[in-house]
Amino acid sequence: MADTIAVVLMFGVTAYALFGGADFGAGFWDLIAGGAQRGARPRSVIGHAIGPVWEANHVWLIFVLVVLWTGFSEAFASIALTLFVPLSLAALGIVLRGSSFAFRKEVTRLSSQRNFGAAFASSSVLVPYCMGAVAGAIASGRVPAGGKAGDPWSSWINPTSILGGVLAVVVCAFLSAVYLVWDARRLDDDDMVEYFRRRAVVASMVAGAVAAAGVYVLYEDARYVFDGLTSRALPLVIISAVCGLGSLWLLMRQAHRGARLLAMGAVASVVVGWGVAQWPYILPESLKVSAAAAPDPTLVTILIVFVVAAIVILPSLGLLYVLDQKSLVESDAASADA
Amino acid sequence: MSWVLAVDPLPWARAQMAFTLATHIILVPLGVSWACMALIANYRAIKKHDADALLLAQRWSKYMAVTFAVGAVTGTVLTFEFGLLWPHFMGKFGDAFGIPFTIEGLFFFLEAIFIAIYIYGWKRLKPWPHFWTGVPIVIAGIGGTVSVVAANAWMNQPAGFTLNSAGEVVDVEPLKVIFNAAMPLQSLHMLIAAYLVGGFMIASVYAGGMLRGRRDRYHRLGFLIAFTVAAIATPIQMFVGDELARWVYNNEPTKFAAIELVPTTADDVPETLFGHLNDDGTVSGGIEIPGLASILSDPTEGTSTPIQGLDSFPANERPTTRQVNTVHLAWDLMVGLGTMLFLLSLWYAAAWVFRRNFPQTKWFLWPAALAGVAAVVAMEAGWVVTEVGRQPWIVVDYMKVKQAATGNTGVWVTFVAIVALYIGVAITLMLVLRTMSRRFRAQGDEVELDGPYGPRDPSPIAPTSKDVAQVGAQDD
Ligand code: HDD
Ligand code: HEM
Ligand code: HEM
Repeated sequence: MADTIAVVLMFGVTAYALFGGADFGAGFWDLIAGGAQRGARPRSVIGHAIGPVWEANHVWLIFVLVVLWTGFSEAFASIALTLFVPLSLAALGIVLRGSSFAFRKEVTRLSSQRNFGAAFASSSVLVPYCMGAVAGAIASGRVPAGGKAGDPWSSWINPTSILGGVLAVVVCAFLSAVYLVWDARRLDDDDMVEYFRRRAVVASMVAGAVAAAGVYVLYEDARYVFDGLTSRALPLVIISAVCGLGSLWLLMRQAHRGARLLAMGAVASVVVGWGVAQWPYILPESLKVSAAAAPDPTLVTILIVFVVAAIVILPSLGLLYVLDQKSLVESDAASADA
Repeated sequence: MSWVLAVDPLPWARAQMAFTLATHIILVPLGVSWACMALIANYRAIKKHDADALLLAQRWSKYMAVTFAVGAVTGTVLTFEFGLLWPHFMGKFGDAFGIPFTIEGLFFFLEAIFIAIYIYGWKRLKPWPHFWTGVPIVIAGIGGTVSVVAANAWMNQPAGFTLNSAGEVVDVEPLKVIFNAAMPLQSLHMLIAAYLVGGFMIASVYAGGMLRGRRDRYHRLGFLIAFTVAAIATPIQMFVGDELARWVYNNEPTKFAAIELVPTTADDVPETLFGHLNDDGTVSGGIEIPGLASILSDPTEGTSTPIQGLDSFPANERPTTRQVNTVHLAWDLMVGLGTMLFLLSLWYAAAWVFRRNFPQTKWFLWPAALAGVAAVVAMEAGWVVTEVGRQPWIVVDYMKVKQAATGNTGVWVTFVAIVALYIGVAITLMLVLRTMSRRFRAQGDEVELDGPYGPRDPSPIAPTSKDVAQVGAQDD
């Protein structure tokens, strides 16, 4: 049962990376889009792309936290105690990001739009960095078991955490650039298609380079996970690399739809690979998944909720995404005959 | 965190928890009940071809998008805080306490998805299907409220688990955790509070508009829908509150002694309005209504009903003198403001019965314009009664607050940062809502639909005016 719930947790983390992550990445492109004049067009595409669905994507984070604290409360307590600083920063960043985004959409004066935009964009980088650093702290075994606190600083300021943070920012940027190519195409804005395509290509190369450098960092600093990645999780690592390269190739050839799917595959298999690599530990080498798990009735409840969610939520999410895409298409038609 | 001033985290953790909860809870009634009111307007718009009602529903859904976003991020902070501030509580009891939250997560998903769909749907769906996409928001709001409050009720009346000799939670019974003894009445009381507070908050905005001379049908209708919802909720709330108070009398005697300011066990206990407890166990000040506290506690026994006093509990298992005074004052505020809102609702109902219209003099509109704030204060006060009245326990009889708290001495820093950030967000939220309302007024009865969730305009750089005109045209 504990294993099943660990898979559910992993599912949530992956979904958050794929959907929430892309929203954060869009904030990154917003941040570096340049001055108000020059950046207006990319910002507008970004605004359109994440506007309607970020709330729903954000709930994956809540899902992950709740499953973690209900299913594996001991691990949750240790993580929260040790990583107080990056988690607090992430929470503050989320407030700043969510509210400034909602506000920016509503104000029409340029100067205040710009202020909200700046808050939105900078917190969009801060939050994934902190999340990645937290992941790095866990992966490198710096969070002790038993609801005890590890070192409040070196637990998240260390090679693996820095790797995790940078990789998170870069991967989010890559994912979202690929999605934005797609969105710009639906908006029939060829300049922006090209704009984001170029950025997606660069981001994928940077992500690949960081990941390659990461192998060395993990070898030095997080041996358990390194060993896992080079044995049990090796197939996933290979899949991820192949998907990444494939997506790069398709981007170069301007085959955007395939590039999007492959990009998602690349990211998903890295995240799942991390989980597999640190198996059977939830906190590597100090706390096993089975030891951290709640009593069975609690786990069964989580599973039931998850199944109900799969039946009720996934189709609703699908409906939302379909309407989201459709509205774009129909608006195009409307503007054509106007 | 050696270089940060090492400050005892406990009082800061309490303050941070209280502050962030008190903020989140203001947004909650809007998230729970506004969709329902928008649907009432929406229904009327379709059934009676009422253009004002349609405009109301559309604008309300746009405001909702903004308040919902702020509600969601403040709620996320709370989720983090359970771990950041109370790690030992979560580490030990997360297995049980987390269960209602898992279910709540489901409802959050539904709510977030359907709010987006509903706001989209204005342009994309036919009227009735669109109306129905709003219904899950209402259901999710109810389900979400009931399940979070079930978690809070569990802290008051923990159930559905046993502790083994190592002090670990074993033998969890999820249904008993969720349906703990305090849950039914507490959840119902909060659910009705959400409709009451949401209704009065929105009605008070339109009452303010009418006082400033905006008395067109649009404003009257906005007032009418919101105030009617609130006026129906208020008497029910008084009844449920009364039941809840008797339940507390029977099951949480410590809290009840604090509520009624009873230092020593006695019968024929007076209801003390205001007044305060001194450290030596005497009560001074305040207005006493003889025998009333006993009568209310058990009407069948009347004045002979005994009430346990604070001194029948060990000093380290009951609230401190200051906490008792806080609880008692909060209680007076909740019941006092509740009574005034009840009288206002009666006035409104009487006007309907006798004059077939709602009162529109400034004698009525002024209190109506203040009712929103009053309702929020009553709700906050109610939560203070529950939370401070539970002290010193975080889980009654199982864990004290100080055992639960984090050891991170930097909590005071996060407290200061969060207060500063929230004040900024709150001020901006008010300004943004006001800007929106000004813009709406300038637009007259045109609708524009590009809120945070709104459909995209045709081209990323083109202005939306064309879009606006189209929507305006297809509205009827
Ligand atoms: C607008 C809001 C509002 C109004 C008018 C009232 N209440 Fe209330 N009350 C709440 C809003 C509230 C609340 C904020 O929703 C609380 C906090 C926890 C809860 O479940 O409900 C609450 C808690 C609460 C508690 C503590 C429950 C516990 O700790 O277990 C009692 C005994 C009452 N209420 C009783 C009453 C009575 C006798 C009222 C009127 C005569 C009343 N309330 C009006
Ligand atoms: C489901 C809802 C809620 C849950 C699960 C919850 C949980 C908690 C927890 C865990 C604490 C810290 C432990 C303690 O001090 O007892 C706390 C404290 C507190 N909460 Fe709540 N709370 C909820 C709703 C609210 C709301 C809406 C308010 C609004 C004002 C509130 C006001 C407070 C206050 C004032 C304290 C500090 C009490 C003190 O330490 O003296 N709570 N709550
Ligand atoms: C300590 C207690 C609480 C926690 C941990 C909490 C957690 C959350 C979270 C994570 C969200 C965001 C959901 C999203 O992303 O859409 C949220 C929003 C919400 N919460 Fe809370 N919450 C607490 C107290 C309450 C209480 C007491 C209520 C109601 C009675 C409530 C009702 C809601 C509602 C309705 C929303 C939806 C957002 C909105 O409409 O404003 N929460 N809360």
